[in-house]
Amino acid sequence: MLTFDAVTCVRGGRALFGNLSFTLEQGGAALVTGPNGVGKSSLIRLAAGLLAPAAGRIAGDASRALLTEQSSLDEELPLARALAFWARLDATAGSVAGALDALSLSDLADIPVRLLSTGQRRRAAIARVIASGAPLWLLDEPANGLDKAALGRLETAIATHRAAGGAILVASHTPITLPDIIAIDLSQPQFQSERAA
Amino acid sequence: MSSPLLHLIARDLRRAWIGGGALLPVAFFLLVAILFPFAIGPDAKLLARVGGGILWAAALLAALIPIERLVAPDMASGVIDQLLTRGQSAATIAFAKLIAHWLAFAPPVLIAALPAAALLDLSTETLVRVEIGLLIGTPGLAALALATGALVAGLRGAGAIAGLLLLPLAVPLLIFGAGSLDGGVGALKLLAAVSLVLVAGAPFVAGAAIRAGLD
Repeated sequence: MLTFDAVTCVRGGRALFGNLSFTLEQGGAALVTGPNGVGKSSLIRLAAGLLAPAAGRIAGDASRALLTEQSSLDEELPLARALAFWARLDATAGSVAGALDALSLSDLADIPVRLLSTGQRRRAAIARVIASGAPLWLLDEPANGLDKAALGRLETAIATHRAAGGAILVASHTPITLPDIIAIDLSQPQFQSERAA
Repeated sequence: MSSPLLHLIARDLRRAWIGGGALLPVAFFLLVAILFPFAIGPDAKLLARVGGGILWAAALLAALIPIERLVAPDMASGVIDQLLTRGQSAATIAFAKLIAHWLAFAPPVLIAALPAAALLDLSTETLVRVEIGLLIGTPGLAALALATGALVAGLRGAGAIAGLLLLPLAVPLLIFGAGSLDGGVGALKLLAAVSLVLVAGAPFVAGAAIRAGLD
């Protein structure tokens, strides 16, 4: 579903990591870890096609859903309508109610996005990912700002997605319970050799 | 036209209108048109003679107002990231923004030209020429505004830089637009040609700028 082949990432003239290879199969999950600034977010953006690798190859034709720092929902719209904008682009307009329910946001459906708290925005952004129906989820720090109950719902949503044959790539510095994962620790020397050279 | 494109245009149009964003350039346009008589003096004959050119200069200045909210907010809020991840090309996104911006900008300016023409005591003939010229020239102005907005997105003091970038490039529009006031069809054709070139090129310039802004 997604293949990294000896990928090197350079941002602003500085090599972040190199020689990174892994393959995500259907139902698979990869967890990217490492200290701040090691290139976790850049890896997610590479996988989303927003950055080009300096060397190596990234392959995969599955449609992707991206979760970044920003919720990317129009502030002035009620939550359900803001989500519906993206769902209509993804041609999955019927999935918004279910996605809201999965993050227990149904009660907030009519509240404008600008009034939501940090954690609620985060949940709304995750609901956007769920509603997209994309087989490959790219999640950058999905657990940021989530309380314990919401974290549980996120883990359930990921499990459901994987059971249905979807794959996920997660970058996180907070612990998140995911069974059966490919662990990628970007601070490992094998990825950092190019930086020294 | 594909439905995602229409969907994007509808969103940008809605966002342009809420909060009075589309009315601001019109207010600015009228303000500039009102300022000139104060500066030149209440000589009706003189005003009628230079009035058409004043309206063109006013339209040019009004085009500067919305630049900062055309591309930068969507870059900052990650909306562009989301669209690119969904396989929309940067040029397509820019094209949708161009159409939405023209729809939000041009009709109000064309309407505002009516009271402005009355203030400057323009003849009906001149007013018609101004309106036709603006109709042909505003797509080019909108295209310049979009390309400039994409180029300066994320810069500090973007508004001032945008003005310095846009106004010189808009000089051909101003020359041929104001030139058409003497009744020259040739000037209108040249205006249309400049406008067409800008509309055709701007989505690609803006798309490349958006792409470059990702890194």
